[in-house]
Amino acid sequence: MADVVTPRGPKPRPRFSRTNIMLYGTLIVVAAYYALPLYVMIVTSLKGMPEIRIGNIFAPPVEVTYEPWVKAWAEACTGINCEGLSRGFWNSVQILIPSVILSIAIASVNGYALANWKFKGSEVFFTILIVGAFIPYQVMIYPIVIILREMGLYGNIWGLVLVHTVFGMPILTLLFRNYFTSVPEELFKAARVDGAGFWGIYFRIMLPMSLPIFVVAIILQVTGIWNDFLFGVIYTKPADYPMTVQLNNIVNSVQGVKEYNVNMAATLLTGLVPLIIYFASGKLFVRGIAAGAVKG
Amino acid sequence: MKRGPVMSSSNARRPSSLFRNLSAKLASIPMVLTALVVFVGGTAWTVVYSFTSSKLLPKANFVGLDQYERLWSTRRWLISIENLAVYGFFSMIFTLLIGFTLAALLDRKIRGEDVFRTIFLYPFALSFVVTGLAWQWILNPDLGVQNVVRSMGWESFTFNPLNDPDIVIYGILIAGLWQGTGLIMCIMLAGLRGIDQEIWKAARVDGIGTVKTYVRIVIPMMRPVFVTALVLIASGIIKIYDLVVAQTNGGPGISSEVPAKYVINYMFRAQNLGQGFAASTMMLLSVVIILIPWAYLEFGGKKRG
Repeated sequence: MADVVTPRGPKPRPRFSRTNIMLYGTLIVVAAYYALPLYVMIVTSLKGMPEIRIGNIFAPPVEVTYEPWVKAWAEACTGINCEGLSRGFWNSVQILIPSVILSIAIASVNGYALANWKFKGSEVFFTILIVGAFIPYQVMIYPIVIILREMGLYGNIWGLVLVHTVFGMPILTLLFRNYFTSVPEELFKAARVDGAGFWGIYFRIMLPMSLPIFVVAIILQVTGIWNDFLFGVIYTKPADYPMTVQLNNIVNSVQGVKEYNVNMAATLLTGLVPLIIYFASGKLFVRGIAAGAVKG
Repeated sequence: MKRGPVMSSSNARRPSSLFRNLSAKLASIPMVLTALVVFVGGTAWTVVYSFTSSKLLPKANFVGLDQYERLWSTRRWLISIENLAVYGFFSMIFTLLIGFTLAALLDRKIRGEDVFRTIFLYPFALSFVVTGLAWQWILNPDLGVQNVVRSMGWESFTFNPLNDPDIVIYGILIAGLWQGTGLIMCIMLAGLRGIDQEIWKAARVDGIGTVKTYVRIVIPMMRPVFVTALVLIASGIIKIYDLVVAQTNGGPGISSEVPAKYVINYMFRAQNLGQGFAASTMMLLSVVIILIPWAYLEFGGKKRG
């Protein structure tokens, strides 16, 4: 009771008051509910099938086995192909790296041009971009098929990279524009007086100053592109399917006996990349989604 | 459109206004192409071709509103719309309610706030496919929650939403809420942190209770935050696709179909492009109906004020 800090918010309460117990009680119950699916996935993936059939979904494994993980990674089947999820993982990596680099490179230059080098009509294009972010993807999916086919990129990983770049552009451009707008204009003017041009200022002044916002953008894009399902299924061939698509095909395949432990291991494997990024990045992740949401 | 005199602004006087700022213009080509070709051009193309009888390939054979008439007399589309309405209505209410309540609880000087926030938000980092598959397993009738409750002695307990056509959409709703409420909580929490703390002192001096302060004072002050949250939730609802594909694949039968899935099915499986275009144009229309009042409230009001 003695360590009560200066009352800034609502009425301070004694540590074990009824409201306090209710408050923490509610939070703990809700937190348990949110944590439950992850817990169930983990324990299921560590059990053998016989134990799953007789046991309780919430019970911890009696006998821990890592075999489902091995099987999910290296042997799980989609149709006749039994290479496991590893193929989807490497496909996703191959899609992810160029998509993240290209989308962020283009969007950061866009944001820089919009903030510091406004030209006639630049705001119009920006507005179209932002409004376009609300258009359902389904409306633009087929015209993009035609465009990619004309470019010879349909069904190719690079076509998908281009699609991710296009659909990542609104939010990323907004993110970078807002950031570069907040950079003091004197800095920009001084560089202009020194004779630096568009690219000179971008590479020598703006880029080194804005590393945090690049990290936010990378977090946003890595999780977003890794979690994509729709574009992967439409713009790539089965051999190039990203991990999410392959995961769905493995788990929801109608052939064979359902191996729930392998399915959950596969699901966890697919969720691992965004989860690691989420738990490692903490506040930056929140900043990324907030930048996307609140300014919109 | 105004013409003529407006053009005589400062930069029109320079001889080569097209080449002014050339690097910036060249660097913006990807943005301009995305905006004009993909967003404007693509959308217009789809709307135009929704009036054609395109089947396997797009053909400019205009048939008026035929595709729309067929669309609205297809049972699968009507079920999709009904599902979207039910999902949308409950998702909207519960996401706002849960999101705000959790934010308000976390805002009350909680120990371990970071831990709670991390737990509430982690599902948002997961994809809809992972979410759908996790909940498909938890809701499994033979081995999931239903089985656990039955084995505890309540033999007649029934909770099998994913195999019951009447309530399957609620099974998807459970998963959707689990995934998405954390985001809204975060936005609400940011909004609550922006509220002047003097408000609480003033309310206490006036003897207004906590709940009443939230309802009467804090929530009205957070109007912009709620509007943002609403727009965000609404655009997420219309997009719902991967969650359904992973969790039920539209089943049992066609009872959990949604519009986005209808579009993809007709475009890429049933080889009936015209139907797909008409359905996606209806999706676009619903977004426009949501966005225009919002844009009017947000931007139209300010100009007059």
